[in-house]
Amino acid sequence: MSQTFNQQLKKYYSIYTGGFIGFVVLLGIAEQMGTPRAYLGYAFLVATILLYATIGIMSRTLDVAEYYVAGRKVPAMFNGMATGADWMSAASFIGMAGGLYLQGFDGLAFIMGWTGGYCLVALFLAPYLRKFGQFTIPDFLGARYGGNFVRSIGVFAAILVSFVYVVAQIYGVGLITSRFTGLEFAMGVIVGLMGILVCSFLGGMKAVTWTQVAQYIILIVAYMIPVVWLSVKQTGIPIPQLVYGGVLEKVTGLEKKLTVDPKELEVRKIFADRAKTAGEKLKAGAETSYNADKAALVAKVDELKAAPTPDSAAIQAAEKAVDSFPKDVKAYEGQLKGQQGAAGRAAPPLPHGTPFVGTGKTDEEKQKSSDNKRNNFLALVFCLMVGTAALPHILMRYYTTPSVHEARISVFWSLFFIFLLYFSAPALAVLVKFDIYSNVVGKAFADLPQWVNSWQAVDKSLLSIVDINKDGIVQLAEIVIGQDIIVLATPEIAGLPYVISGLVAAGGLAAALSTADGLLLTIANALSHDVYYKMINPDATTARRITISKVLLLVVAMVAAYVTAQKPGDILFLVGAAFSLAASAFFPALVLGVFWKRANKPAAVLGMIIGLGVTMYYMLRTYPFFTNMGVPKMPLWFDILPIGSGVFGVAAGMAVMVIVSLVTKAPDQATQDLVEHVRYPSIKGDKMDTAGAAG
Amino acid sequence: MQLTDQHRDYWQKNLRITAFLLSIWFVVTFVMAYFARELATINFFGWPLSFYMAAQGSLIIYVLIIGFYAMYMRKLDIEHGVDEGEEA
Repeated sequence: MSQTFNQQLKKYYSIYTGGFIGFVVLLGIAEQMGTPRAYLGYAFLVATILLYATIGIMSRTLDVAEYYVAGRKVPAMFNGMATGADWMSAASFIGMAGGLYLQGFDGLAFIMGWTGGYCLVALFLAPYLRKFGQFTIPDFLGARYGGNFVRSIGVFAAILVSFVYVVAQIYGVGLITSRFTGLEFAMGVIVGLMGILVCSFLGGMKAVTWTQVAQYIILIVAYMIPVVWLSVKQTGIPIPQLVYGGVLEKVTGLEKKLTVDPKELEVRKIFADRAKTAGEKLKAGAETSYNADKAALVAKVDELKAAPTPDSAAIQAAEKAVDSFPKDVKAYEGQLKGQQGAAGRAAPPLPHGTPFVGTGKTDEEKQKSSDNKRNNFLALVFCLMVGTAALPHILMRYYTTPSVHEARISVFWSLFFIFLLYFSAPALAVLVKFDIYSNVVGKAFADLPQWVNSWQAVDKSLLSIVDINKDGIVQLAEIVIGQDIIVLATPEIAGLPYVISGLVAAGGLAAALSTADGLLLTIANALSHDVYYKMINPDATTARRITISKVLLLVVAMVAAYVTAQKPGDILFLVGAAFSLAASAFFPALVLGVFWKRANKPAAVLGMIIGLGVTMYYMLRTYPFFTNMGVPKMPLWFDILPIGSGVFGVAAGMAVMVIVSLVTKAPDQATQDLVEHVRYPSIKGDKMDTAGAAG
Repeated sequence: MQLTDQHRDYWQKNLRITAFLLSIWFVVTFVMAYFARELATINFFGWPLSFYMAAQGSLIIYVLIIGFYAMYMRKLDIEHGVDEGEEA
């Protein structure tokens, strides 16, 4: 039966992929015939959301196992695709290549961290969780360590982690919809939310799974087309991942040239001088400097006017300078701080391929700052990897495969599908960098490529080029580039029609929606299954359990949308925080739960609380978002930035669990049997049926 | 539930392969990244070696680790009679 099911799925999704490509081609023809761009944007938005809704309606269900774990019949490969979509968020799709562009080697921590974590999922968790086979991660903690207290901590951590993460996703949804359709940000959030709810609401995990497969296909197609095209344009070979080493060499060559280019040095010196003067003026007191500067400008006008032969052009210019001078001290101070803050623009270009570039005046300082960057790189990779192996919405996916063996294979497919995008992102960053260094830098402002002008008009924070040294030529130091533009503008950089830009937006939306779906479902399930059914009302009928879950889903979605509309903190930090929190709350308890029979309940309770507590404490005391709100700031531990705080939490959690387990009583025989039970895919005569018990 | 020697042997082998694959993962990830500055001087088809490893090489190895583990464990399941049969 499962074979034919698998065949059928393959057929359906092939037809679907063909249909989707046909749709893009049709829109491409419509564009050639003169359809306005806004309509193309709407067409993509409406068509994809309708599509997800249709899948949601077709997969509607009232069966508990289907609602929570898609009936446990998702074949490995499809579960892999669904996990891929679940996994790759707006941050991966839109932000990652841009992050690599800006950070060079150091940004690769995200590439390694967000893929290598699957090794831990495969080796430590997926097969064992599948054998255990209930519905949620707190289910496993509750069964393994016994009692509702451990389960409650699990529920709390699962909700905290997923909520922080889902806010980042809904933010991404709002950003993409508003940018490509011109809707308000808040409207964009609501439209996106409807797209999320329509499938998870009707069919739970089952609908979410089949929608995520569809979303994966859209997002990978949308990511690959522009990268491949750009690669053909620059190297003549359509496999960028194989050939961008050569492009990287060229980029390195250009960097060396730009570092010593006299015009570049001139612009960088202007920035350095500005920052220095601004600093001095601020030191002298904003108000004093404001009055002095203003008086000087006014005096200049008077002086010019009083000259024996007044130069009318010079007078006009001087009067204009007075008019454009900041109206009050506050605006003036802001301007100075901006100039002081732009001191970084006086730095030479970052060598893209060089790891951990140190900064500082002496060699010793440079070495120290480089070592520091290395340590933070390692810490970040660790947090992202361990966090991957602890995110409830990802681990939950391995409950949905038909068998333990399929769960193992499914991790392979998951990483394979994720890998396709992740090993393209570094190539994309290098290709775009080469294009900008060779086709934008050194060009006259009058002959800039079309995409530069159109994106400058859209949003100054994404791209802005100002002729600082007034030579009419673009210098690298004159370009300010935002991380999101790299993926969004690639179709235009590669010279593709606008329809591909629409496709990329649809891909970004698919990435954000699919992740948000999985996360909202995790939160709603934790509340309805773990809290309501397991703790409050174990006699609830299945219909009631599903109804409760659906109501909670709506409530959680509303709350998340409300929080998102307040625009809290930056996306990258929210995502990073989710990983550190998940890692320190779940990883020690889950892994020791399978691999160490001696791990017991008091250890799990203390380990989870202390692990999570340490991470939260470190974030609160060091992250500027909190310290600016009045939380007393403390110095960093070992110079590890707040995004890597999970290092301390995981270490503390592990240590506490081991010590407490050893000084307290070993778990009872039933618990030890449970551990044996999950370790073997199937044992003859094993009467235990954890999956069945979940009913 | 009665565990036989065969079961214990299965678990020992599982632990061994897990430890082995984990150490590859560790070297590829943390040892390589720790020495990234030193490895950057080696040219690998145009890429500095450390850049290639962080951007692509390590990813390929991760995929292989997981694929190998799934296949190895399938074989081990069947050899030790703990597999789930054709239709689990």
